[in-house]
Amino acid sequence: MAQIFPPVADTCVKLAGIAVAVLVVGGLMVAGGAVRSDWLTRVGVAPDQPVPFSHKHHAGELGIDCRYCHDDVERSASAGFPPTKTCMTCHSQLWTNAEALAPVRSSFTTGEPLAWNRVHDLPDYVYFNHSIHVAHGVGCVECHGRIDRMNRVAKVHALYMSWCLDCHRDPAPHLRPPERVFDLDWQPPADARALGSELVARFGIEPANLDSCYVCHR
Amino acid sequence: MATTGDSIFAGVRSYAAADRKITRIPLHYPYPKRWWIAFAVTGFFVLVWLVSVVWLFWRGVGVWGIQMPVPWGFAISNYVWWIGMGHAGTLISALFLLINQGWRNSINRFAEAMTVFAVLMAGMYPILHLGRPWLFYWLIPYPNTMTVWPQFKSPLEWDLFAVSTYLIVSVLFFYIGLIPDLASVRDRARRRWVKMIYGVLALGWRGSARHWKRWQVAYWICAGLAVPLVVSVHSGVSLLFAVGLEPGWHSTLFPAYFVLGAVFEGFAVVTLIAISLRTIFGLEVMVTDRHLDILGKLVLATGLMTAYGYLFDSFHAWYSGDPYERGTLMDRLFGGYAWSFWATILCNVVAIQLLWFESMRRRTWLLFTIAALVTFGMWAERFMLLVTGLYRDFLTSSWQSYWPSFWDWSLFAGTIGLFLFLFLLFVRLVPMISIFEVAEAMREERADG
Repeated sequence: MAQIFPPVADTCVKLAGIAVAVLVVGGLMVAGGAVRSDWLTRVGVAPDQPVPFSHKHHAGELGIDCRYCHDDVERSASAGFPPTKTCMTCHSQLWTNAEALAPVRSSFTTGEPLAWNRVHDLPDYVYFNHSIHVAHGVGCVECHGRIDRMNRVAKVHALYMSWCLDCHRDPAPHLRPPERVFDLDWQPPADARALGSELVARFGIEPANLDSCYVCHR
Repeated sequence: MATTGDSIFAGVRSYAAADRKITRIPLHYPYPKRWWIAFAVTGFFVLVWLVSVVWLFWRGVGVWGIQMPVPWGFAISNYVWWIGMGHAGTLISALFLLINQGWRNSINRFAEAMTVFAVLMAGMYPILHLGRPWLFYWLIPYPNTMTVWPQFKSPLEWDLFAVSTYLIVSVLFFYIGLIPDLASVRDRARRRWVKMIYGVLALGWRGSARHWKRWQVAYWICAGLAVPLVVSVHSGVSLLFAVGLEPGWHSTLFPAYFVLGAVFEGFAVVTLIAISLRTIFGLEVMVTDRHLDILGKLVLATGLMTAYGYLFDSFHAWYSGDPYERGTLMDRLFGGYAWSFWATILCNVVAIQLLWFESMRRRTWLLFTIAALVTFGMWAERFMLLVTGLYRDFLTSSWQSYWPSFWDWSLFAGTIGLFLFLFLLFVRLVPMISIFEVAEAMREERADG
């Protein structure tokens, strides 16, 4: 009986087998890399904003306290987004004709809020509360990075659940004295863990319960 | 042929004759018109299935009749029913191979195909039942950005491993068994492209002694893996229920009860398929009366074991003295779903008693009817076990009846259609009876006689 396939067919089958294996393994590696990439998580990517507001200038150079604008951060789940009035407390006096501030002035006269683009957007099924973190010694800089050095704000962490849990399972090294929470310059002492453990005890934090599902998913 | 007295393959004269008869079917299909009609009908149900799934994905599981306290409904009872059907295929192919039952050689191929297709249907249900089915891969333990792992203590997680392992082993076993026959079809094909397709699928099989030696090792290893899987997969299924807190799911017999019920149902479906194929294709010489006789006995034997399960499960509920267990028992016997309990008893216990008599087992239409009743009876049983356990639990305030919605029924009809559709393709495209194994059984029979 005549042969259906030439002798090279064997090699083709083997190569095809290898190709499938490479595609599967490679595909999984690419997918695994993609979900962790800055391109997908937008780490370090500052979205466009309606006004070129610089945290570096306001919080860094001028030294305005975080809470001057984000005034709900100690009391509520949301840190609070400042109304245009807050901008105008200064800008009704300063740079009153600046081109860059035109949207702020028009928002103030029309009453239509500025449509800022959210930088840190948690999924809707996550319950996150700023006030409890601030009250128990988690500094702003812990999650948001050196905001006082950013012209335009970008994420410094990908906000992975694993990142949340790293701290929830072992909070001690991430804590600071309550009076240093809004101090972006504060450096922990040489023995951060000793201080952290003391703070864990003082705040009554129970790490054993902090990684239950219902802490964040309610 | 150690165990069967009279000759099974008296009608077939030689390997060549068997080979011609079976390879003819994929190459020169004898009943193209009938096949196309059946293909069109099942094709319609495949569309029904597709629409049901798309609608489900679009609107969510609310399109089904499920609610609290019956969040499982058809999705899970049909899952149990489908996966159970597959088990008999594995037992016929693998267990009877390992214990040298040569007669199995003419029915194992389609029993294996039944297993593969039934497991596919079954595996689909739990995924569709997830609220967000596209995230089903969260069940797989993989290094993720959430640092959470699936709940390894949950039978739902065991199920993932059980069903996927079972599917892989079943497919491998089916395919390995098919290789020598694919080569037979290749050698008999006339057109070049047909030769090439079957040639690739036959993986260069030449039938040399070395090929046969290696093939046999691979085939037996797969068989050895498949048989214990039947027990572990369906025990796992029973634990889905038993680990839950609901009344009516806690007799210690549960794993064995479920496994036997599954095998019982599967033998009934194999009987249905065997009778259908042999009637349609005139394969009486290969699927003989003796085969049907054995299948009848198997249905009876596993049916009696399942009946023991019904008896003991009820006894357990009474003997426990627990008011909730007893309440569920009484509810099964006389409550809102009593029809499903009595349908179960009628089909699975009463009807099969006829199979005690050889004269009854040899009546093809009767055997077919009983097998159909058992197939339905096992479906009713899975439904009864699931719904009666859930719809009246410990809190009277949460009691609520469950009735499947249109989309429940359409998906169920769709999966049956898809199963038959795949089966038609199988009948048309591959040798549905194992040629070389039939020949082997004939040779042995001749050597014995």
